[in-house]
Amino acid sequence: MPAREKFDYDLKTLQQKLLELGSLTETALNYSIQAFQHKNIELALQIIDNDSQIDTLEEEINDFAILLIAKQQPVAIDLRRIVIAIKIATDIERIADFAVDIAKAAIRMGDRPFALEMEKIMQMHRVALEMVSIGLKAYYEEDVVLARKIAEMDDEVDELYGQIMRELLRLNATNQENALQINQFSLIARYIERIADHATNLGEHVVYLVKGKHYDLNG
Amino acid sequence: MKDNIDEYRWLLMLIWMEEENPMELTMIKTKAENGAISKPAEKDKEIVYRTSELNLWYGEHHALKNIHLDIYENEVTAIIGPSGCGKSTYIKTLNRMIELVPNVRTSGEIVYRNRNIFDQSYRVEELRTQVGMVFQKPNPFPKSVYDNVAYGPRIHGIRDKRTLDEIVEKSLRGAALWDEVKDRLYDNAGGLSGGQQQRLCIARCLAIEPDVILMDEPTSALDPISTLRIEELIQRLKENYSIIIVTHNMQQAARISDKTAFFLNGEVVEYDDTDRLFSNPSDKRTEDYITGRFG
Repeated sequence: MPAREKFDYDLKTLQQKLLELGSLTETALNYSIQAFQHKNIELALQIIDNDSQIDTLEEEINDFAILLIAKQQPVAIDLRRIVIAIKIATDIERIADFAVDIAKAAIRMGDRPFALEMEKIMQMHRVALEMVSIGLKAYYEEDVVLARKIAEMDDEVDELYGQIMRELLRLNATNQENALQINQFSLIARYIERIADHATNLGEHVVYLVKGKHYDLNG
Repeated sequence: MKDNIDEYRWLLMLIWMEEENPMELTMIKTKAENGAISKPAEKDKEIVYRTSELNLWYGEHHALKNIHLDIYENEVTAIIGPSGCGKSTYIKTLNRMIELVPNVRTSGEIVYRNRNIFDQSYRVEELRTQVGMVFQKPNPFPKSVYDNVAYGPRIHGIRDKRTLDEIVEKSLRGAALWDEVKDRLYDNAGGLSGGQQQRLCIARCLAIEPDVILMDEPTSALDPISTLRIEELIQRLKENYSIIIVTHNMQQAARISDKTAFFLNGEVVEYDDTDRLFSNPSDKRTEDYITGRFG
């Protein structure tokens, strides 16, 4: 074991950095829907502001991973751990970008009363956020069963997305004065749907990490 | 007087070879006896060596346990494993060099090109004519570069200067050494760098056109650049030869071999395509070894 002490420590550090990235992103995601729901422009601006921290951490993770590959010349599970860390970091960073997009949409939304019932979009957001949390947990615990669960949850998100889009389409025909808001609504629904897809990628990465084989959980 | 000195040197060299490299000496002598040099030229990949139920004991010590291994033609097969796992024992069994060790017993069989090498009728010299070997430490003869390579063919009775020139050039080119030594063919081989000496040993091996080349840690005494040169050379050589290499350098096995066998405590734990063995091994012990968790 002593021969690998440093390497094992470095792998652990990489994992910790990734979990930190995940935690920051979960917070951004949580705030973004709150900013949207309560029309809280200040909170929205804070999310946009904080995103640079997430971008920096993602770069740091990539640099560290590349350094580890160069120094340790890892194989098998070690190599997968490092490569998957890079891929997961990319997905999480994308999710954080969508949180920023939601925040921006919340700002553009204006302060007119909502023309649409919020329940479905809130539900969609809850599921997507939970998918991200489960993805991170599955990664930390290298749990394939958890990872597969994300795929099932994605079906729920897709279903909600379909319902919301149909409703928005219907509203669009009768609500010309709310066109801008409806447009932002559909964008937000789209962002959440994309977040769920990236969360599904996390699940796929975890399955590859553990099994060394590719599975398409999105299919 | 001069002749006497040459004879004396010749004798010294033979004694030196007997000590340093008895196998190669036998090989050269045998080729000389047999005369003809032939190299099979099958197009399809065939099994060169088929090992089944091989057991080997050093006295009471059970060093190889029930080994099953098929080695394919025109491939590089790497053998890895921690010290004392039996990998060197195995490679030395392939040309029966292991018989030089006292108190060695074997059971099971190794079929080389459809003949069991342990058969009473199989003369060891005949086997070693087909199976060349390169060692950890470069061991050129204390002669010129040219004479090192021409040594084997001369023993085979080739005296024609032009034919020898051709063999020497072809072998040195084959060992990727020609361009570096073509202007100093008659300088002593001892003046070459370690990496060049090792390639010279490979050229010497090629000069007698073997079928299989066994390599026992051929780069462990070399610097990184020389190591890469030898690795590239091995890649090229496999087009015409089957190569079996024992290496402690796992990255090297991963880089150059087509198949890898992982030995542990005298057993083959895993034998698979190198790409698979180094990316997603099936056995936990293989994974632990290649990721440096033990060994």
